[in-house]
Amino acid sequence: MIRFLFKGLIRDRHRSLFPIIIVAVGVFLTTFLYSWMNGVLNDMTDANAKFDTGHMKVMTIAYNKLSNQLPNDLALTGVDRLIDTLKMTFPNYDWTARIKFGGLLDTPDENGETKSQAPAAGFALDLFGKNSKEAARLNLSKAIVKGRIPEKPGEILISDEFAKRMDVGVNSKVTLLSTSSSGAMAVQNFIISGTVEFGITAMDRGAIIADLGDIQYALDMQNSAGEILGYSKDMFYNSKTADKMAAEFNNIYTKPDDKYSPVMLSLEDQNGLRDYLHYVDGVIFFIIGVFLIAMSAVLLNAGLMSGIRRYGEVGIRLALGESKNQIYKSLLNESILIGIAGSIIGTGLGLALAYFMQEHGIDMSGQFQNSTLMINNMIRARITFTSYYIGFIPGLLATLLGTSLSGIQIFKRQTASLFKELES
Amino acid sequence: MDDNKNIILVEELVKDYSMGSSYFRALNDISFTAKKGEFTGLVGPSGSGKTTLLNILGALDNPTQGDAIVLGKSVKSLTHKDAARLRNNSIGFIFQTYNLLPVYSVFENVEFPLLLLKKGKEEREEAVMKALSWVGLTSKAKSRPNQLSGGESQRVAVARAMVKNPVIVLADEPTANLDAENSHNIIRTMLKLNEELKTTFIFATHDEKVISYLHRKIVLNDGKIVNDINLN
Repeated sequence: MIRFLFKGLIRDRHRSLFPIIIVAVGVFLTTFLYSWMNGVLNDMTDANAKFDTGHMKVMTIAYNKLSNQLPNDLALTGVDRLIDTLKMTFPNYDWTARIKFGGLLDTPDENGETKSQAPAAGFALDLFGKNSKEAARLNLSKAIVKGRIPEKPGEILISDEFAKRMDVGVNSKVTLLSTSSSGAMAVQNFIISGTVEFGITAMDRGAIIADLGDIQYALDMQNSAGEILGYSKDMFYNSKTADKMAAEFNNIYTKPDDKYSPVMLSLEDQNGLRDYLHYVDGVIFFIIGVFLIAMSAVLLNAGLMSGIRRYGEVGIRLALGESKNQIYKSLLNESILIGIAGSIIGTGLGLALAYFMQEHGIDMSGQFQNSTLMINNMIRARITFTSYYIGFIPGLLATLLGTSLSGIQIFKRQTASLFKELES
Repeated sequence: MDDNKNIILVEELVKDYSMGSSYFRALNDISFTAKKGEFTGLVGPSGSGKTTLLNILGALDNPTQGDAIVLGKSVKSLTHKDAARLRNNSIGFIFQTYNLLPVYSVFENVEFPLLLLKKGKEEREEAVMKALSWVGLTSKAKSRPNQLSGGESQRVAVARAMVKNPVIVLADEPTANLDAENSHNIIRTMLKLNEELKTTFIFATHDEKVISYLHRKIVLNDGKIVNDINLN
């Protein structure tokens, strides 16, 4: 009997193909839309975390207040010890020191005279540390356009666009002119080991990347750093954990009357990200919610129409001796099959497109030319566990509910009324 | 079953349809009996109550008052499930518009009632081919309903009604959509089955061609029996 009904379902396109297409389209759009919006949001937080905020950041109170001025005279001291303390207190996080600095990058001609000079935004990272994950975290090997990652002190990376503007290349000698932590002039020569492109306009415009030790030496910041960044070992930011950690640390180490005491901030507590992320979360929730409701209404209606269209068939089956219960159950079973088939196809297609957009993305560099936001030029989708069921569940349930409601009419109507549908 | 025993007993049957605050009386104090093997017609003009009576005899509708006892079962007291079981086991239906399931082949349409009876595959195949041979359509077993003429479709409907060897076949205007030749063919086929298998046929009809074959004519008008004539 089940085989017989299944055969009918397959042969009747109005009962199978078209409802499956409707369900699949709805589920496809939901799955892809969710993954896409999730990707955009995640890209932004990820780029911010990797290049700027970390998942957690420790600074002095004074540095935090003036952080947009890169006040390295207010930097943390005794960094090695502080990092040891952080590692012991929060072992699920990787802790690393960074220095952000500004300065002029000067390139000499063959006579040693200035050939070109431009302001640079510098990032000093632990490139040579035995257990350092900084190069991997910033994906430096993938970001290299020419040359290689620095292998020894005195080597730096500069952004490819910056190198072209300065007319320098791999192995070129450059001089950094900056200010030491004590306010004196700092001058340090470097050799460019490679050029990089991160695909983030704010970084690619004029960044130099140097080893932490080199910059500590150049800026007279031995065992000091502007910031200590913490990254969760699974690289997933958890808002609640972050808030708890910050509260715990600040409760012990932050002394409001000592502006040099350390303070810990979560990712969301920096650059106004908390409000922004809540806003974006709300927008995503709203858009997906509205879309889900609309999709469910369409699928519900499709289920209803499909059920109503079949009153005649129900009449025949009743006359041939099927009970109302049997017919209702078979209608529900059909809708489950259609819901599952449509949801699998829709989820599969949605995931496939989301995967494609996760791997390739859309290049928005034209729109981000003047952007100072830490956001990737390539906007990508992101597939998460939720992507697998966000469309599937409403796809299945809405179809089932639509059929259930239309099927209830079978019970409400007199058998003879259903039977009369045959003649209409 | 004893041939002289009444297989249908209708007693003071009344059927009202609600029309807002008032009601319409479709059947008014109907009483009659039918024995196994009858070839009987419910005859009368449109609106006389033929189809309503047929629906009650087929346990598709309930009487307002009185009762119809079909094969010993009181239609009034049947549950949905019991009514379905009665139709499934003992009653075949033939409709004016054939009502074949369009996505299934002729063979599958005729097979459907046997699937409901949970018959085995071999038994089903044998019974379906036998029913198709009764109506002369074995060569069309694999055809779809849309490939058949009106006469052929109605013959398939007869085969579907007969395949489970029902005790009673209820036919509602079975020739209304057929030309004269096909009408005669269909009625002759049913008459042959009635004689060979002793199946009771009850028609709702106002077609003179059908009436000319009937053994008994129950004439209805305005929901009442106005005549009950034995034509044998």
